Amino acid sequence: MRYGPTEHAMTFALTEERERAFQEILSRYPNKMAATIPVLHLCQEQHGWVSDEICEYVAKRLDLSAAHVKGVATFYSLFNKEPVGKHQVWVCRTLPCALAGADNVLKHCEKRLGVHAGETTKDGKVTLRTAECLASCGTGPMMQVDRDYHENLTLAQVDEILDRLTR
Amino acid sequence: MLQKTTYLSKRYGDPNGHTLAAYEQDGGYQQAKRALQMERSALIDDMKAANIRGRGGAGFPMGVKWSFMPWPPKPERPHYLVINADEGEPGTFKDRTIMEKNPHSVVEGCIIGCFGIGAHAAYIYVRDELHLSKARLWGAIEEAKKKGYLGKKPFGIDYPVEVYVHTGAGAYICGEETSLLNSLEGKRGEPRLKPPFPAQAGAFGMPSTVNNLETIAIVPTALAMGGDNFSKLSGLHHLKDGGARLFGVSGHVNNPGVFECAVGLTLRELIFDLGGGVKGGELLAVIPGGSSCPILRAEEIVKAPDPKSPLHPYDGKSVLDVPLGVDTFRSLGTMLGTCCAIVLSDMADPVLAFHNLMQFYRHESCGQCTPCREGSAWLFRILDRIVHGEAEMEELDRLSEIASNIMGNTICAFGEGTAMPALGFLLKFRRELEEFVRTKGKAGTRRLAL
Repeated sequence: MRYGPTEHAMTFALTEERERAFQEILSRYPNKMAATIPVLHLCQEQHGWVSDEICEYVAKRLDLSAAHVKGVATFYSLFNKEPVGKHQVWVCRTLPCALAGADNVLKHCEKRLGVHAGETTKDGKVTLRTAECLASCGTGPMMQVDRDYHENLTLAQVDEILDRLTR
Repeated sequence: MLQKTTYLSKRYGDPNGHTLAAYEQDGGYQQAKRALQMERSALIDDMKAANIRGRGGAGFPMGVKWSFMPWPPKPERPHYLVINADEGEPGTFKDRTIMEKNPHSVVEGCIIGCFGIGAHAAYIYVRDELHLSKARLWGAIEEAKKKGYLGKKPFGIDYPVEVYVHTGAGAYICGEETSLLNSLEGKRGEPRLKPPFPAQAGAFGMPSTVNNLETIAIVPTALAMGGDNFSKLSGLHHLKDGGARLFGVSGHVNNPGVFECAVGLTLRELIFDLGGGVKGGELLAVIPGGSSCPILRAEEIVKAPDPKSPLHPYDGKSVLDVPLGVDTFRSLGTMLGTCCAIVLSDMADPVLAFHNLMQFYRHESCGQCTPCREGSAWLFRILDRIVHGEAEMEELDRLSEIASNIMGNTICAFGEGTAMPALGFLLKFRRELEEFVRTKGKAGTRRLAL
């Protein structure tokens, strides 16, 4: 992260539609700082991850220091600090899911994708990660794929999902 | 006392149950309209009489919390209602069902809550992973707005109310109320020192009330019935633990899920009658209300010879036959927490369960206070050594020492939330832990899943 003046012009800008969303987000709060997390989400949606440039962009738009924004971005586990795959797979590993067989689901995913949890497949299609409790304890084992929950998983269903993602 | 109710869950099976049309069929939004025309003090009194104990884990009486707000509100210090839907306590999956299947109860509860505490804006803090929940809440807010139930003049009454959904970004700690407030303000989700309490300086430094999502969702029901009648649904009305609530059960049961019942249900009823009994063996132990609550072994017997103890009526009985209540479970040396139990059959290895949970706490400690940041990691490292057959017997005592040194030495209750379950496992499963260390992991079932 640079702390001095930016050397080159910023290239990141929100799309028109997201710019409207940005304005709507600002209207919800009594100050601009409160928009930090929703706006970081908005930027990550567009860019895939939160780079230093994104932090600077958000800081500029919200009249904050880049250090504040970076501090926030690095605190929360859902902000990607580096580029990730096209699809995100999170396998819940916490106790209720573990009691339901999460370990098998994770091992199966690792074997199928040829990566360990925390890594991205070589073709850049899938990033596999473990998640801590996703509030789906009665329907384990489960995994979240991008925005969707897949619950009461069998290994056959996991295969179907991974087939779809890696096709 | 097994008494099923359907105040929140009536339309859980209906694919359109989340819509305004469905909600209004049962008199939806009538209570919000009525509340806005009440005297504030009458509303607070009714909510106090309802004995709604906070559903987020701490069990604080909701009506009393509302009454802490400074009165009358000063125009330069606007009040805020903040709803905690950062559901992430392992074992807990009840709030999600309300957001997905009955979001209008939350919005109506927010209108009543705003009026009760003198706020004109409510923020519902939902963890980011719950995309369907967020969409359903925003949908409900839009529908209510269109009908004129929210906005400048809800129901034509001059009391503006706006409701917003705010999202986190993956941090269990943001379920702690002051951490949640920091996160809402666009900061790192690190807990704040109390005092000042949120009622004095909460969201944006202004007087605020933070309520759990289920707590606010049941408010319209309590108001419709009248506080006292609502409270009397409960088998623990005499302990000021009133009404009906959602109970969850997960782990090794045949029928895991969320069930709505009157307060006063026992663990035996939750596990065997609602949960369909234990799967793959006999009942070994149960974590009563989310992973921070110390574990109970199936064969434990209540010892409460003191007639003043809330547990005295159950003296000599199995812990499984104690009604699930805030005070009863605190007296048992554990907690009611979120009322969502995790069940372990004797096929599961309690040492691995302990290891699994400590991995969770290590990952989720926010890192602000040294005892918790270092302690949670240290606990996990020792357990990892135990699980891999590398630990010495004396390290079991070190686990107790570390956990005891976290207790009471941190800004927020996450420290206790880590230490108490650790001490619980050490107390209840000492024999299994020793056996595991001695045999270098060859004792025990060496698995969690059946």
